[in-house]
Amino acid sequence: MTTTAEPTARELGRARIRKEDARLITGRTRWTDNITLNGMLHIAMVRSPVAHARITGINVDAAKQLTGVVAVYSGTDLDAEQSAIPCAWPINAEATPPRHVSIAVDTVRFAGEIVAVVVARDAATAKDATELVEVDYDDLPPVLDMEEALGDATVIHPDFGSNKWVTFPFDSVAAGATTGPTADEAIAAAEADPDSIVVKRRWRQQRLIPAFMEPRSVVVDPTGEQLTMWSSTQVPHVLRTMLGVSLGLPEHKLRVIAPDVGGGFGGKLQVTPEEILSTLVARRMAKPVKWTETRSESMLSGHHGRDQIQDVTVAAKRDGTVTALKIELTADMGAYFGLFTPAVPVFGAFIGPAIYKFPSYAFVCTDVFTNKTPTDAYRGAGRPEATFAVERIMEELATELGRDPLELREQNWIKNTEFPFTNAGGLTYDSGNYEAATEKATALFDYAGLRREQEERRRSNDPVQLGIGVSVFTEMCGLAPSRLLGALGAGAGGWEHAAIRMLPTGKVEVVTGSSAHGQGHETAWSQIVADRLGVPFEDVEVLHGDTQVSPKGMDTYGSRSLPVGGTAVVKCADRVIEKATKVAAHLLEAAEGDIEFQAGRFSVKGTDKGVSIQEVVFATFLSHNFPEGIEPSLDSEYTFDPENFSFPHGTHLAAMEVDTETGRVSIRKYVCVDDVGSVVNPLIVEGQVHGGLAQGIAQALFEEANYDEQGTLVNGTFVDYTLPSAADLPSFTTDRTETPATSNPLGVKGVGEAGTIASTPAIVNGVLDAIRHLGVKQVEMPCTAQRVWRAIQDAQGGAK
Amino acid sequence: MAQVRVTVDGVEYADDVEPRMLLVYYLRERLGKTGTVVGCDTSNCGACTVHLNGRSVKSCSVLAVQADGGEVLTIEGLARDGELHPVQKAFNECHALQCGYCTPGMIMAAVDLLGDNPDPDEQEVREGIEGNLCRCTGYQNIVRAVQSAAKAMQPGAERPAEAPAPVAGGN
Repeated sequence: MTTTAEPTARELGRARIRKEDARLITGRTRWTDNITLNGMLHIAMVRSPVAHARITGINVDAAKQLTGVVAVYSGTDLDAEQSAIPCAWPINAEATPPRHVSIAVDTVRFAGEIVAVVVARDAATAKDATELVEVDYDDLPPVLDMEEALGDATVIHPDFGSNKWVTFPFDSVAAGATTGPTADEAIAAAEADPDSIVVKRRWRQQRLIPAFMEPRSVVVDPTGEQLTMWSSTQVPHVLRTMLGVSLGLPEHKLRVIAPDVGGGFGGKLQVTPEEILSTLVARRMAKPVKWTETRSESMLSGHHGRDQIQDVTVAAKRDGTVTALKIELTADMGAYFGLFTPAVPVFGAFIGPAIYKFPSYAFVCTDVFTNKTPTDAYRGAGRPEATFAVERIMEELATELGRDPLELREQNWIKNTEFPFTNAGGLTYDSGNYEAATEKATALFDYAGLRREQEERRRSNDPVQLGIGVSVFTEMCGLAPSRLLGALGAGAGGWEHAAIRMLPTGKVEVVTGSSAHGQGHETAWSQIVADRLGVPFEDVEVLHGDTQVSPKGMDTYGSRSLPVGGTAVVKCADRVIEKATKVAAHLLEAAEGDIEFQAGRFSVKGTDKGVSIQEVVFATFLSHNFPEGIEPSLDSEYTFDPENFSFPHGTHLAAMEVDTETGRVSIRKYVCVDDVGSVVNPLIVEGQVHGGLAQGIAQALFEEANYDEQGTLVNGTFVDYTLPSAADLPSFTTDRTETPATSNPLGVKGVGEAGTIASTPAIVNGVLDAIRHLGVKQVEMPCTAQRVWRAIQDAQGGAK
Repeated sequence: MAQVRVTVDGVEYADDVEPRMLLVYYLRERLGKTGTVVGCDTSNCGACTVHLNGRSVKSCSVLAVQADGGEVLTIEGLARDGELHPVQKAFNECHALQCGYCTPGMIMAAVDLLGDNPDPDEQEVREGIEGNLCRCTGYQNIVRAVQSAAKAMQPGAERPAEAPAPVAGGN
């Protein structure tokens, strides 16, 4: 047997550089688009250029005649087989979602919807042939504005009868989360009370595009016993089951592989029309097929995120004590439902009260169809919207009351001594320490010093004004306790699976149902297992993303991998130790109760007798001298279902400079102190925070998917959908406090979305804080120079 | 069809290609150099960055025939004799990548940047790589990696001072 190295010092909390980098920095990568199979055909999609129309004719003759084209299909050709794109969480069990077709049959409902599929021997020919497909459209009025859509002048899904899907209400009294008056009653009482104040605002969560760097790609191989799909997806397991359910394919005859996947951010948490159509075409052709999107296709047809109108009301006593919060949302679903479309805004319902002790709370969300690209999960999914609502309204309340925004927050937040605490949304926060994070953040930021500088600049009428933006956030992640998902009407559980295989030479294979696409699971899971089993970090291999290798999983989204999938790995390792203890006792001729395990070694209490875990593994492999009645294997599995969400929190402070003459906004300083509980790998945690911040800041300052009056996406390329570059962002000062979660043995909380959730309101609060004294009350996101300049001009009654 | 003769990562190739074929597709589809990737169709993202005759280019905006007679270095030829280039090493050590899709282009752009400016300050790095988009890292660790590589490549530093010649033998 072989032992390569002694187990190193404690693995958990160690800034290990990543294992997975080796292939990524040398180009030895396995992106889906790299795959080439014998006889493989290439697919290109013909997409509707119009937002809403009847299809009156499709002529594919010219396309079919192009040399190299093998087939061209219209919706009519494929309709009998295409079934519908599944929605796993329709929120309302009584209503049936409108059918979401992969390829339009008689009506197109958003620009970008597929109307024909071209199959050719090479990708360039397939693309050329799409230009030769002639489609006749009879235009229908495009429904683009959410509020107008509610008037039902034009109904997008006539079968359904209305553009309004459902209204999802939450009331803290009805839910039993608070006693006393409802939010509506408390707001009405406050309006009539001179010692109270009511602040009501309306904001827009603009439409965003996830813009993962690797365009989506699908390869389907129908040859062989199983149909194999490679897809650039976050969710190979969900995809396999859904393909089975949707297309009626036997699940055991499907294998889904997510090879190296280049980012997702929710954008690859989907079962796509292209995956369905690639499967149908491969089956018809009996040959492998590949579809890879262009960036423009990706921006146009991959699902979008956010897009809500938020009406937010807070009531408080004049001394600053909050008495009610009401969040009313109108949410744009786009033309159809994807996997989680109607559920996304509803995620925000429960976390709306955030860090505050609201004695009453109400949330209502109205879901609306429009003739735009469907929306669905995008980094944070529901929680960025809710956090923006509450952190912006608390800022407005502080302004109205003339209070320091941090002080007003502290007056109302849940104190460290009050955990566990059940919020007005019915969630029980297991732990938190907002005081500690805020104290650290204000010190790093020099809050008092920057406030003084702000005063000086105002006094001197400096053309560049300084604003300080505050966001003290918490969020719910680590999706999720299965029974809770069930109660909310989800079509799946929230568990995660792990398996550990102890190889004869002492090496370890860890199989995880989480499906990493940049998060660093191969490194972090190795650390967990090395720590738990006392084996060298280098001896652990983490396998994921292939349903044949990892048959069971719920995949990666909602900052769930570590709190749920990581916990499954821990519990699984404990099973290995439990089994190995029996074998060690036999080998050491001692009673099982006298065996203790530490740092990879089983020893007999009070003696120097012991065996290494590798020796136990090898003895198990041989099984020559083995205890009777015991299975000769240490391999283990565990499926972990969390008892609660995890609740990361933190304090984010942004010093924003606004040039009042040009409207140009820049980030002078950004400090955040996040509490993500115990940390497995601080390097990875910090990286997740950086990336999260960049995306939250991008919403505040740079990005918006814009449609014209005809429903055409006008900035669907990287030329004009302005993803921030390195030159657009500053370096961030990040730090941590560590308040361990009590809901899992690692004490960890999710970290993937925290930065995005927290940063957007911090930036916008900072921009407004810089120019509010000029009379500016609001700047819509993204706060571009033009918008900021216009807001200042309007407030000053200047140039129009 | 047009003929193209090109040295890629130290190996000479001669091929007939369609005149419209972009260098990136020639590398990926004809030569199997799939380490270089395509991220957009408007030459904004830089994921396809390689070196052509010693300078970084976005290989989605160069025709294969334009590389005729030239020398191309891709991410796959950057390491020498199994030894990573200091920029590759720094990307690993500074956690300058997450999903890794932008990484080949980002590294090739950074190597070229350091050729022009061996000791860039933070702002110079940020401006120097602004033609390469990353959606995962927020760029902070990329900037740190480029500056760390610059230090390692200084004359007298432990690591070799010069970037490998563009016509590397591959590995």
